[in-house]
Amino acid sequence: MAVDVPQPIVTRRFGLHESWTLRTYLDNGGYDGLRKALAMSRDDLVENVKTASLLGRGGAGFPAGQKWSMLRKAEPVYLVVNGDESEPATFKDHQLMVTDPHQVVEGALICAFAVGAAQAFIFVRGEFALGLERMTQAVNEAYEYGAIGRDIFGSGWSIDLVVHPGAGAYICGEETALLESLEGKRGFPRIKPPYFPAAIGLYGAPTVVNNVETVSNLPWITLNSGDAFAAMGEGRSTGTRIFSLSGRVNRPGNYEVEMAKTTFRDLFYDERFGNGIRDGRELKAFIPGGASAPWFGADKVDMPLDQDEVGKAGSMLGSGSIVAMDDTTCMVRAAWRITRFFHHESCGQCTPCREGAGWVDKVMYRIEQGAGREEDLDLLLDVCDNIAPGLSWPPQQTTICVLGPSIPSSIVSAIRMFRDEFLVHIKEGACPFT
Amino acid sequence: MPRLSAQMVERARDMIALYPHARSALIPLLHLAQEQDGWVTPEAMEHIAELLDLTPAEVRGTATFYDMLFLEPTGKYLVSICTNIACLLNGAYELLEHAEEKLGVKAGATTPDGNFTIEEVECIALCGSAPCLAVNWRFFGNVSNDGFDHLVDELAAGRLEGDVPPHGTLCRVRRAVGLVGGAPHDAVVEPVQEHTPVEEQH
Ligand SMILES: Cc1cc2nc3c(=O)[nH]c(=O)nc-3n(C[C@H](O)[C@H](O)[C@H](O)COP(=O)(O)O)c2cc1C
Ligand code: SF4
Ligand code: FES
Repeated sequence: MAVDVPQPIVTRRFGLHESWTLRTYLDNGGYDGLRKALAMSRDDLVENVKTASLLGRGGAGFPAGQKWSMLRKAEPVYLVVNGDESEPATFKDHQLMVTDPHQVVEGALICAFAVGAAQAFIFVRGEFALGLERMTQAVNEAYEYGAIGRDIFGSGWSIDLVVHPGAGAYICGEETALLESLEGKRGFPRIKPPYFPAAIGLYGAPTVVNNVETVSNLPWITLNSGDAFAAMGEGRSTGTRIFSLSGRVNRPGNYEVEMAKTTFRDLFYDERFGNGIRDGRELKAFIPGGASAPWFGADKVDMPLDQDEVGKAGSMLGSGSIVAMDDTTCMVRAAWRITRFFHHESCGQCTPCREGAGWVDKVMYRIEQGAGREEDLDLLLDVCDNIAPGLSWPPQQTTICVLGPSIPSSIVSAIRMFRDEFLVHIKEGACPFT
Repeated sequence: MPRLSAQMVERARDMIALYPHARSALIPLLHLAQEQDGWVTPEAMEHIAELLDLTPAEVRGTATFYDMLFLEPTGKYLVSICTNIACLLNGAYELLEHAEEKLGVKAGATTPDGNFTIEEVECIALCGSAPCLAVNWRFFGNVSNDGFDHLVDELAAGRLEGDVPPHGTLCRVRRAVGLVGGAPHDAVVEPVQEHTPVEEQH
């Protein structure tokens, strides 16, 4: 039976003519959420988002309402919206910024009002030239319209919002690196504790960092109530969520579906979504939540898109990106490419991450190229164990941020699930897939 | 080599005025320098240091961290081909190989006429249209070999100048207003020491 797809929330204006303009936005309920928010008390706004159980869409899945309640009591407070989207295979935030930038602006303003922010920033990944242009245009229009600036809609509340460009570094998606970058420094993640910028964030002030998709939900939640949002999904995984589907499916793309009620199988095979594996091939394995996530074998396709269920099964929904690999995919090559990504993006502060990434990249590459040795498998697992002792999930932390402990995910998954494929590479001295 | 032009300095001052602390404008200013010259020159970095009251070493220290900032000249068109996982699964390395053949240079190099630089990059968030690439950060998806040749020919003939500005120009929409919300520019932001003990929060 086909899965029910509720009315979309964050993607509901995607098909509209010039959806990125203020005109289209206003014709379709734009800024009504902000108007309503400005008439509510801050506590009620926060309570509403807690009721919604809106889990962060940036990767860690932390409840937004709870995060806002943790702010250290001090002035000023800042809001930074994370639009750095660089997790491999994640492509929803750029689409949200390009297609519905006013929704991001309105969401940011509702959040800023709820937490009493003195100024808000939208950190847009530097490579997103179109996203930067659309966001800047939207901010210009919103100032002109009176939604940003002084005495917004006559409420007496004032705020400025600045679109800030990154300059190319995956690590700046990590929230403390992002703040360093926004302060004009190298994007080095900060030492924890404090665990959250809510204690010490931008310029040392308490700061809320929320993902683009997270804040994009706020206009709808404010207008329709947290209860309406929580009525969808199950448990803590409420509402709808965008999943970026890519890899060996017939119809890759961003699909907004109901959380927990939809399964991986639905995404891969339903004709409204992936519409099956390419060329009638078999699904072999998939990555359920971005390059940092451990892989699942095809036996897990019936698992629901539920944050806690996926966590219990040893992986994560992470950034909401799902990559399908089929029986033509070389798992050694796939795992090596992800490993090389981490090697390239390690910021170099922590020894296990900096050195470990380089070694596993080299060893994975030589196996893929047919120059590996049988001992290499134990060597890989040993180096991985030094990066994240115990190779458990969630990983043990030996480093300043979780980029390091994410390195073993794909390597260990590939070795555990497809050891034979590694051995064929080694025995035959070549990749069997080329 | 040029410092920032008077017009760029004016834009720089507008940018600096958007932040509670001037240094936050450093990366936007580095983009500005790259827009002016196609790359970030040592003279521009010195000039930016003066504008922000930083040392040239501090500016350079930040600039060298980021992949998009070129401290050496690059081609007029920077062709960035993604080979990360979703693209890998859809022929990205074959596309990269074809691109190297078509342009006659390897990834990391610039064609002798100074027109094209090829680079292999990580995911550019266009994975639904793999394989894909960017030219000066304008994105092109579902790129076949023929599609690539066509794109390069169009660029070389100057027929895509409206869509693809020269390397360094990022956001062509200018911010129309300064800060008018009244906060917290004049407010004193109390700097908190990075290692001040705070209540542990989970
Ligand atoms: C290495 C690394 C990269 C990250 N990249 C991103 C990113 O590109 N975008 C994002 O929103 N969050 C990213 N995060 C998560 C952020 O640190 C942070 O949890 C998130 O922005 C908070 O917003 P949310 O609670 O709304 O999800 C990353 C985390 C790590 C460790
Ligand atoms: S874990 Fe890696 S990326 Fe994170 S701070 Fe340490 S070296 Fe940098
Ligand atoms: S993997 Fe190539 S664009 Fe994302």
